[in-house]
Amino acid sequence: MTDTTDPVSARRLDGNAAGGPLAALFAVDVTAARSRCAACGSTSALGEHLVYADAPAMVVRCPTCTEVVLRVASREGRMLLDLSGAALLTVPMPVVADDT
Amino acid sequence: MLDNRAETPRVHRLVLDVPGWPGHLPGQHVDVRLTGEDGYTAERSYSLASPPEVPLLHLLVERLDDGEVSPYLTDEVRRDDAFELRGPIGGWFVWSVSADRADREAARRPVQLVAGGAGVSPFVAMLDHHRRLDSPTRMQLLYSARTQEEVLGRDVLGPETTVTLTRQAPEGWHGETGRIDAGMLERRTFAPAERPRTYVCGPTVFAEAVATALVGLGHDPSAIRIERFGSAGESS
Amino acid sequence: MSVLSRGFGRGRARPADDRLPPGQYDAGRDFPVLSAGPTPHTPLAQWDLAVDDGTDALQRWSWAEFRDLPHEAVTVDIHCVTKWSKFGTRWEGVAVDRLLQDVPTTATHVLATSDGGYTTNVPLADLTGGRAWVVDTYEGEPLAPEHGGPARLLVPHLYFWKSAKWLRRLTLLHHDQPGFWETFGYHLYGDPWREQRYSGD
Repeated sequence: MTDTTDPVSARRLDGNAAGGPLAALFAVDVTAARSRCAACGSTSALGEHLVYADAPAMVVRCPTCTEVVLRVASREGRMLLDLSGAALLTVPMPVVADDT
Repeated sequence: MLDNRAETPRVHRLVLDVPGWPGHLPGQHVDVRLTGEDGYTAERSYSLASPPEVPLLHLLVERLDDGEVSPYLTDEVRRDDAFELRGPIGGWFVWSVSADRADREAARRPVQLVAGGAGVSPFVAMLDHHRRLDSPTRMQLLYSARTQEEVLGRDVLGPETTVTLTRQAPEGWHGETGRIDAGMLERRTFAPAERPRTYVCGPTVFAEAVATALVGLGHDPSAIRIERFGSAGESS
Repeated sequence: MSVLSRGFGRGRARPADDRLPPGQYDAGRDFPVLSAGPTPHTPLAQWDLAVDDGTDALQRWSWAEFRDLPHEAVTVDIHCVTKWSKFGTRWEGVAVDRLLQDVPTTATHVLATSDGGYTTNVPLADLTGGRAWVVDTYEGEPLAPEHGGPARLLVPHLYFWKSAKWLRRLTLLHHDQPGFWETFGYHLYGDPWREQRYSGD
């Protein structure tokens, strides 16, 4: 875990906070998705990632190496999503009950 | 907004009616967005303090003195006011009876909850849900509050909860005092040998210190889920 | 369609003020700390500042050497793309002109690189002619880590994301190389007076 003694660290969040912004783009919850870091190769749940949520964008970082995994921002009429730091996202899909 | 009342000197309980609410899992949160007449918007996340069995949504909002959103929610919002809500959000920092029924292997492991201040909100939902459905899963809460009058969710918390008071304890208090540290975690939480599924929630500094201490005591880091609330002052 | 929140608002008066670029407000005494990552803490004994061309180091200063360079005191207004501006901020540092004075170059652009991996691009002409500094002192005190200490770039005539915190390297290039925010839809140049916040503005 990185240093928590400075005001920036005290304000950081985790992947749970990214769930809301990403919900606009993903049909299912992604906080439980597992992401493989493009920089270091380690895999962990997005909920475990470190999130820096100050403007200008939400920056999600790998909990192992702290490199950027994804960035998301919304502006007038559009959203931007940079997923280049996620080599692979494995997203659990809820089982949909069959009505028939 | 149906009801807004002070639960403790600093925290208000907001009761919301959200038509078409799809239901939620204990541990999930909502994002609240406020829009001023000048178009300025601000968003904050709040954990749902009510279980899915309760049709109205309960939020516990702590008034942060230099906050932009919380003083508005605690002091200004009145019955029949409306604001935007996105949710329910989250599939990782959740616990439910149905998930434990579906995964018997996991259900054998007890659930340990560790909360700092308003971080107890998602755990109030979990404990309420656990009790209403009479879940056999062992569940305990270690909860750090400043003073006894600042303890939240008193109608839900029971013998499974250990409260520690960090600032001031009343006369005759025989419970824990002081911050949650490795010693208190060792005394008051499930031991590593029981392989608990642990959830930690509260301000970032608190949550990270607790997680670090738990790992130091021998707990498996992959069995610890953290939800950070940021710092005690609101971020921009 | 937004739901208006009755009575919610910043309550900030927006007087016409020609020191404020369009869309900005005066932050007053606040100096917001906005970070995209953890605060680096490079020990001064390991710190250096380099000017390179992408291949070779052309100049390098240790912390002691950097502190020995002539420092200027500057008072400037700064403008953040998140809409806050701050007037009359006082800094001390070394003019970029001074850092480049012994570096003959035909480069047209600079990529600034920081500890922690942050980058930002600026035309060379915007870092010279007395328009930019590498500063290590704010309001008379050593620059705090959360504000970019030990040293950061200061380019007050552009949006403040161009004033890279935790500066370690200035790379001289013959092309404009988009940096951290520029590759995420932010304007390549970033003039607050023409409100160049996003690419396409």
